[in-house]
Amino acid sequence: MGKFRLITKGLVKENPTFVLLLGMCPTLATTTSAINGMGMGLATMFVLVLSNMAISATAPYIPDKVRIPAYIVIIAAFVTVLQFIMQAYTPAMYETLGLFIPLIVVNCIVLGRAEAFANKNSVIDSACDGLGIGLGFTMSLTILGLVREILGSGSVFGFKFIEGDGILAFVLAPGAFLALAYLIVIFRKITRMN
Amino acid sequence: MVLCLGIICLVSSAVLAGVYALTKEPIAAAAAAKTNNAITQVVPAYDGEPEAASIEAGGQQYDYYIVKKDGEVAGYAITASATGFGGPVTVMVGVTADGTVYNTSVLSQSETPGLGAKCTEPEFADQFKNLDPASVKLAVTKDGGDIDAITASTITSRAYVGAVNNALAVYRAIVEGSTPDVSTGATVPAADGQDAEECQTQQSK
Amino acid sequence: MSKVLVSPSPHIHADISTARIMRDVVIALLPSVAVSILYYGWHSVMLLAVSVITCILVEYLITRFLLKNPCTISDWSAAVTGVLLALNLPPACPWWVAMIGAIFAIGVVKMTFGGLGQNLFNPAIASRVFLLVSFPVAMTNWARPAGFLNVDATSGATLLGTVKEGLAKGDTLSQIFAANDFSYLQTLFINIGGSAGEISAIAILVGFIYLLARKVIRPHITLSIWATVIVFSGIFWLINPDQYTDPLFNLLTGGVLLGSVFMATDYVTSPMSARGGIVFGVGIGLLTMLIRYFGSYPEGVSFAILIMNSVVPLINKAFKQKKYGRA
Repeated sequence: MGKFRLITKGLVKENPTFVLLLGMCPTLATTTSAINGMGMGLATMFVLVLSNMAISATAPYIPDKVRIPAYIVIIAAFVTVLQFIMQAYTPAMYETLGLFIPLIVVNCIVLGRAEAFANKNSVIDSACDGLGIGLGFTMSLTILGLVREILGSGSVFGFKFIEGDGILAFVLAPGAFLALAYLIVIFRKITRMN
Repeated sequence: MVLCLGIICLVSSAVLAGVYALTKEPIAAAAAAKTNNAITQVVPAYDGEPEAASIEAGGQQYDYYIVKKDGEVAGYAITASATGFGGPVTVMVGVTADGTVYNTSVLSQSETPGLGAKCTEPEFADQFKNLDPASVKLAVTKDGGDIDAITASTITSRAYVGAVNNALAVYRAIVEGSTPDVSTGATVPAADGQDAEECQTQQSK
Repeated sequence: MSKVLVSPSPHIHADISTARIMRDVVIALLPSVAVSILYYGWHSVMLLAVSVITCILVEYLITRFLLKNPCTISDWSAAVTGVLLALNLPPACPWWVAMIGAIFAIGVVKMTFGGLGQNLFNPAIASRVFLLVSFPVAMTNWARPAGFLNVDATSGATLLGTVKEGLAKGDTLSQIFAANDFSYLQTLFINIGGSAGEISAIAILVGFIYLLARKVIRPHITLSIWATVIVFSGIFWLINPDQYTDPLFNLLTGGVLLGSVFMATDYVTSPMSARGGIVFGVGIGLLTMLIRYFGSYPEGVSFAILIMNSVVPLINKAFKQKKYGRA
C-alpha cells in the first residue's frame, strides 16, 4: 500500500468515528464546539503518530506476552508528554478538554492501531497510518463539533451568527448522540458503504 | 521479559522527566499569568506583585491576594465558591480597601450551557461592578434582594451571589480579624412573609 | 406502509382502521382544544395550526422524497401528533418553537425509526422534552396570551412550580395555598397556568370517556397511573402534609391527566397486554411522583412517559399474552 493511500484511508474508508465507531467516549464528550473537537482530534493524532512510530520501532524486541503492558507504558508516556506541553503552551484548551486528555491513554483507537498495524509494519508506514487515522479522527470530531456548535449555540468556530442561543440540546449530551447518529447516516450515504 | 518491560519503563520515565524539566517553567508561568489576569480584572490598578495569603474562615481555608499601590493596600482578590446547579461556582471577588466590591470574575463553573453558564456574561456579572454591600442587598430579587437573576437560572444566580457574600465575609475576617459567617451552599434566606414570586422567567429584563 | 399492530393470534378482521382510530383521538381532543382556544385565543389557534401543518408537511416530505413510500398522512397520525404537541406547549410559546418541535417529533422521533408503528417513543412527548431541554426559557414562560374569555387567574406560574418554589423557601403547603387562593374546584374546570392542553380536567375527562366508549383505548394504563399517583402521594401526604402535596392536587394539576389519557395510551409505545399496561402505568405514576417530590423539575409526567416508553419492549417480553386455547 502506498504511503498516500495509508494516509487517505483513515479519512474515508477506515474513518475511526464514522466507520469503525472507535473512541466514542471522547467523541461524544468533547465536541461541544468545532474548536474543542479539533483540539481533541489533534491531541489524539499527536499521540497516535508518535506511539505508532515508537511501537513499530520496538515491536521486534518486545516479547509477545508483555506487549500490551509495554504498549500501554509507551502510549501513557506520550500522553503525559502531551499533557505537559498543552498545560504549558495552550492552557485554555487544556482546561476545556480536561479529563479527556489523560484518557487518550485508554482510547481504543490508539491501542487498536498499535495492535492492528504498528507492530507489524515499518516505522514510516506506521507514522503514515497514525497520521491518516489521526486526520480522520480530527476531521470527524471537527465536523461533529461544527454541527453541534451551529445548531446548539448558533456560531461557527466561535463566531456567532445569530442573536441569543441555538437549540441547546445539541450542546448537551443528548444532542451529541443525535448529531453523531445522523452524521454516520449521511457519511455512509455519501460513501455508499452500506 | 522483565528486562524488556523494565527498559521500556526506564526510557519512558527518562523522557517524561526531561519533558517535565523543560515544561516546568512555562507551566508555572501560564498558571501565574492566569491568576494575575484574574486579579487584574477584579481589583483597581496596583503596582508590584500581588501578595498571596490565606485565611481560615468557617473551618475552611480561603486563598486571597493582597494588592498594593504606593505601599498602601489597594484591594483584596478573594477566591470563594458556592454550590450551583452543576457543581461549585468559583468566583474571584475583588474588594477594595474601603469594602466595596470592585469587580468579580468566574474562575470555574460547570453550569448548563445557555442557562447558568451565562453567569460569566456581563449582563449578569456587571451587576457586581462597583457594588457597595452597604447599599445593595446581596440576594436575588426572588429572595428579596437587589440582584436580577439570570433568566430561568435562579440556582446559579444564587450560587454566584452566595460566593460574593462568602468573599465579603472573608474580607471582613481579613480586616477585622473576626470569625466570619460563611456558608458554602446556595442557601435561600428565609422568606419574610412575602408572597410567592412570579415564575422565575418573568422577572429579569 | 400498512398499519400493523402486533398481537398474538387469533386475529379477527375488524372494521377498524388507523384512520378511524386517529380520527377518534382527534375528536376526543376537541374539548381540550376548544377550552385552550377559549382561554388563550388566537395565539393558541396559531400554535395548533403551525404544529399540525408542520407535522403533516414533514411526514409528507419524508415519505415522498426520502423513504419513497406511499404517503401516510391520510391516516391522521401526523395530525394527532401535531395537536398533542401543541397542547403540550406553554400557551405563550413562540411559533418557531412549535415548528422545531413538530419537525423533531415527526422527522426524528417517528420517521427515523420507520414511521408509524416503528417508533420507540411517543413523538409528541419526546419532542416536548427535547424543546424543554433546548429552549428552557421559552418552555418555562407561562405568561398568558389574551383569550376570548378573560379569567382572573391567580398567577402566571404553574401551580406545581409555585409549590416547588415555595417549599424551597421553607414555606409550608398551607401557606403557599393560602397565598395563591388555591381551590380544587378551580383546577377541575379551569386551571390556568400550565401547558395549553392542561387547562381543564373536565375537558380531558370528556375525551377519556369518549375514547373508552368508542373502544379506542382500554382503561388499564390510564387508571393504573391515577391509582399510583394517588397511593404514592397519599402515603407521603399522610406522613407530612406540610411538605408533600395531597393526592387530589397531584392528580388534577400539571400533565397527569393529559399524559395518562392521550400520551401514555399511544398504541405504538405502550405494552400490548393488559397486565403489561398496568406495570407500565404504575411505572409512569411512580416516576412522575418521584420527580415532583424529589427532582429539580416541578413536573415529571413527560419524563416519566418517555422513560417508561423505553422499557416497553422488556414489559412486552415479560407479560406475553396467553396463547389462545391454552390454559
